[in-house]
Amino acid sequence: MAEPLLDIRGLQTHFHTFGGLVKAVDGVSFDVKAGEIVGLVGESGGGKSVIGFSIVGLIDPPGKIVGGEIRFDGRDIAKLDERAMRRVRGREIAMVFQDPMTSLNPVYTVGRQMDEVLRLHTDLDKAARRARCIRMLEDVGISEADKRLDAYPHQFSGGMRQRVVIAIALLAGSRLIIADEPTTALDVTVQSQILKLMRRQVEDTGAAMILVTHDLAVVSEMADRVVVLYCGRVIERGLTDEIIANPAHPYTRGLLDSIPRIADRQHRLRQIPGTVPDIRSIGLGCSFRARCSRAQSLCAERSPDLAHVRGSLDAACHFPLEEAAR
Amino acid sequence: MNRLLSSEFVYNYRRNIPAVLGSVLVLVFAFLAIIGPFLVWQDPYDVSQLELMDSFKPPVWLEGGDPRYLLGTDGQGRDVLASIIYGARISAFIGLAAMICSCVIGTTLGLMSGYYGGTLDAVIMRIADIQLSFPSMLIALFLMSAFGNGIGMILIALTAVGWVVYARTVRGSTLGEIQKEYIQAARVAGLSDAQIIRRHVLPNVLTPLIVVSTIQVGSFILIEASLSFLGVGVPITEPSLGLLVKEGFDVLFSGIWWTSAFPGLFIMFLVFGINLFGDFLRDELNPRLR
Repeated sequence: MAEPLLDIRGLQTHFHTFGGLVKAVDGVSFDVKAGEIVGLVGESGGGKSVIGFSIVGLIDPPGKIVGGEIRFDGRDIAKLDERAMRRVRGREIAMVFQDPMTSLNPVYTVGRQMDEVLRLHTDLDKAARRARCIRMLEDVGISEADKRLDAYPHQFSGGMRQRVVIAIALLAGSRLIIADEPTTALDVTVQSQILKLMRRQVEDTGAAMILVTHDLAVVSEMADRVVVLYCGRVIERGLTDEIIANPAHPYTRGLLDSIPRIADRQHRLRQIPGTVPDIRSIGLGCSFRARCSRAQSLCAERSPDLAHVRGSLDAACHFPLEEAAR
Repeated sequence: MNRLLSSEFVYNYRRNIPAVLGSVLVLVFAFLAIIGPFLVWQDPYDVSQLELMDSFKPPVWLEGGDPRYLLGTDGQGRDVLASIIYGARISAFIGLAAMICSCVIGTTLGLMSGYYGGTLDAVIMRIADIQLSFPSMLIALFLMSAFGNGIGMILIALTAVGWVVYARTVRGSTLGEIQKEYIQAARVAGLSDAQIIRRHVLPNVLTPLIVVSTIQVGSFILIEASLSFLGVGVPITEPSLGLLVKEGFDVLFSGIWWTSAFPGLFIMFLVFGINLFGDFLRDELNPRLR
């Protein structure tokens, strides 16, 4: 099996705040292979976005990567200095953001913003850069790309803008794309178009993608593998199909149960009781125990480690769910 | 050009009478300051053109007025209108130059303060706070009396007074802009901090800068006039409007009011016009008020 493109081992990103040390990401490990989409799932405050920004080395004080490795293409990019990291950003790793309304600079034309990336990361001349921008816009499904290149962001709709943002992310031929809630701010109909587009782009270019989202429905449609985060830790990971069908961790089960299904209308949606605890107040034991119906005394004494359960599934639970017939 | 003329900006401008009035005033004064010296027959600072016989002539519409001197003359027989026109050039130059200096320095500090935050931000903003706790006239007065007068010195004093407004305005706008994802996107794209500040933050904070700059020119002209009136401003060889008022003020109580009143009125209308236009720009360019 090929070496994974991105291999995160024991990543720890901590924030030193007035209220104490916040372990936003606490010993997270997962890998991403070329041509693969990995979904990072969890509730807000689970540390999903912090992982994304840790990978590109843009954690601002008071935050800091205090431990672990981020091996990208064989080298540990967490240890690179700012200069070297700037060459990785944009060229090797690109990012797509949540809100297409603010992720483009309002004062420049779309073409100029695309050109900026190419100017920074390639040696192409002006005409070649423009040709590439036009081709890229066409690839993401924007018609009359030649004309649209000279339009300003406010002349695009939300969905079109997100296409532009994706085009910019793909422009420099990045091998890893981190999409941080890329469809959360969009209409549902536009959402599926954008998801299909991203899926196709990943397949065409052979790039890898990390899809950060709170939406398991999006993940089940897109991702090959899923990493479920809770309070800064990986709580379950495995192939998407297996996790969706038979999760081993009660939290994943809870997330799945809270997705509305049009098919069974008579059931009330089940929710996970309680809210995500303050990361600082967990102490010993499993971070999910307060909200877990299966919690026993062991759960308060010892924090479970990620361990193999069955098939492709690893879960951090003392009492993982059996393979249930549903 | 056609696009500009049919824009909403021009549409609103035409319907805003104070704005039109203000900009007309500013244009008239700018016109006078630029080509005025070619319109008046006397260079008030060329001694060979002065006639001591003509001293303290009243304005032309009063008894004893001389048609050569529309607004009367001063003690050396200088035409008050010519003096005003020459003085307006100096006042306008000082106002604009001080605006540019304080804009460059204040904007740079404001951008750095807002973008980097932390200690740098705290230091810059505390200096600004300290400075704001003193009246700007007092600071300028102190600097001028401590380090001597002259146009260069006035520019330094006005810049020292004026940068704060820019720094605070720009810092505020910068804080708003860097929240937006396009700044994050630019960082992820691999741009350096300097590139991001120059290419992405600066163009987005320009609008409030234009408004502040307009108002600042007016207030700089006023401060300069006050300093000159108090005798710590421009040297007597380069008389600005404020110095004309001061010179005239010495003889005001002997009934010769025109040598100080006309330069004073001129300053008033000039600053009034600038402020009217500045208010219009503020209303028009501030997205929160639309």
